[in-house]
Amino acid sequence: MRFAKKVKPMKTRIIKVDWLARVEGEGGLFVKVRDRAVVDVKLNIFEPPRFFEAFLRGRHFTEAPDITARICGICPVAYQMSAVHAMEVACGAAVDGQLRALRRLLYCGEWIESHALHVYMLHAPDFLGYADAIQMAKDHPREVQRGLRLKKAGNSIVALLGGREIHPINVRVGGFYKAPARQDLLSLGEELKWARDAALETVRWVARLPFPEFEQDYLFVALRHPEEYPFNEGRLVSNRGLDIAVPDYEKFFTEEHVARSSALHSTLAQHGPYFVGPLARYNLNFDRLSPLAQTAAHEAGLGPTCRNPFQSIVVRSVEILYACDEALRIIAAYERPESPALNVQARASTGYGCTEAPRGILYHRYKIDAQGTILDAKIVPPTSQNQKVIEQDLWKFVPQYLNLPTAELQWRCEQAVRNYDPCISCSTHFLKLDLDREA
Amino acid sequence: MDEPPGVNILVIGVGNPYRRDDGAGLAAARKLRDLAGDSSAVAEHGGEGAALLDLWKGAAVLILLDAVQSGAKPGTIHRLDASSQPLPAALFRTSTHAFSIAQAVELARALGELPQRVIVYGIEGKEFESGTGLSGEVEEGVVGLVERVRNEIRALRISEHPKG
Repeated sequence: MRFAKKVKPMKTRIIKVDWLARVEGEGGLFVKVRDRAVVDVKLNIFEPPRFFEAFLRGRHFTEAPDITARICGICPVAYQMSAVHAMEVACGAAVDGQLRALRRLLYCGEWIESHALHVYMLHAPDFLGYADAIQMAKDHPREVQRGLRLKKAGNSIVALLGGREIHPINVRVGGFYKAPARQDLLSLGEELKWARDAALETVRWVARLPFPEFEQDYLFVALRHPEEYPFNEGRLVSNRGLDIAVPDYEKFFTEEHVARSSALHSTLAQHGPYFVGPLARYNLNFDRLSPLAQTAAHEAGLGPTCRNPFQSIVVRSVEILYACDEALRIIAAYERPESPALNVQARASTGYGCTEAPRGILYHRYKIDAQGTILDAKIVPPTSQNQKVIEQDLWKFVPQYLNLPTAELQWRCEQAVRNYDPCISCSTHFLKLDLDREA
Repeated sequence: MDEPPGVNILVIGVGNPYRRDDGAGLAAARKLRDLAGDSSAVAEHGGEGAALLDLWKGAAVLILLDAVQSGAKPGTIHRLDASSQPLPAALFRTSTHAFSIAQAVELARALGELPQRVIVYGIEGKEFESGTGLSGEVEEGVVGLVERVRNEIRALRISEHPKG
């Protein structure tokens, strides 16, 4: 972590973190306090803009899952899933049965590895007073080992179904290139049973952490499915009455460019900033969690609604538990499908996909022609949707802690940002420079 | 590798091939593997720390190759012995992953899981923007890096087996 601090003898305090540690990608934070009031908050994103939307134009529709998987090394599965669903909608295809179940299983793997990394390596040190996981490992080696092994259990699902751990290559429009044999999936069972127990221990462990009092009246947005806790499908719903189909996303949600940032900020029409990710999913889908996950949440002191973003570490742990439980359920019911993929034919159309990445809803829209060439692409990652809420939290959170020394206040601010597990490397997709280059 | 077997030496090239010179470590690993004709002791990796920890488990000697940014001339090769001293985290480019190789080495040390010998070769990068292909200076640097790593491996094997 590199940061510059400046404390003026007057009544102005500036908290400036040039490099936010323990978030994905590169981002900075700026908070200005004058006369005991916050006067400015900026979450800066200075990762070079990502050019993927422009890069996709002119490529074949079948290439979208592999190209977009490159956007993020932590959640490639989410990009692949939103891409294949959007393309299948465009082409009028619907994947169901065991192929659909395999997609859910793949997503379980990604949630487990991404959440375990965040809970143990990135967020827990904040609560326990360590600068990082390395310092924490000296006093809590057992917990750190457990976190690493949990993450590996998630990796092993992604490696088996995706063909490899990072940037999986086995996903295609219509299904998979190769469907695993039943025996291959069963081989994951033993480690996943360990992981489920470890996830339960994780929920219990994080439930005992000290949480700042900070409940807010958020607008939560997540997918909701008639039967399942959402991964791949569902309607977009909110806690204030929104209930729309995915293709209507852009009628309700807008993105705006903010000059200081290379990411776009999202808002919901007539409502403003909204909150996506584990807390939103949990609050809008508690009844869809498995009984084991629900019980663990109750024992951890959570009701069906949680409005304290610092407790997202508990909710993330409950989701790890759910993902282990769901993975074991899918594996037990698995029969190898006759064909690893549907034959999907291109047609001139527009397709929309929205799935639940570990950090929240990830929206893709593609326009393709009759030959399957991509004419236009739009990708809205979860972190750019959360960015305004993160800043809003800081506006409200900082005044409660103004008596703290600057270094400690800064720590608190960083912790508040990490509540959202921001993935800054995939949230930057403003294309101004690329458009110049394309011309 | 073409040297006598016996010491468990693992070489890992780390980087992102879609961020230009950030892929220098990967390019060096690939060249090493081509020269050695045996892929078992050379790995390429995206650099996510937790997975790296797992990858080098059981190795006696670990040689890491990664792109660095220190302000030196592009293509310059830095050699750091991390066996008993912490790596300067600031030297390594912030990875797209929150958990970088310097942190992975230190976490392994804290957990008592670091290989006995850890040598880190950093190659000074020049261009880290989106795109593929190394800059000219770094491309040349990779050739020198490969030679140095081969010599290092040879020396390690000789010190382990002086009569072999």
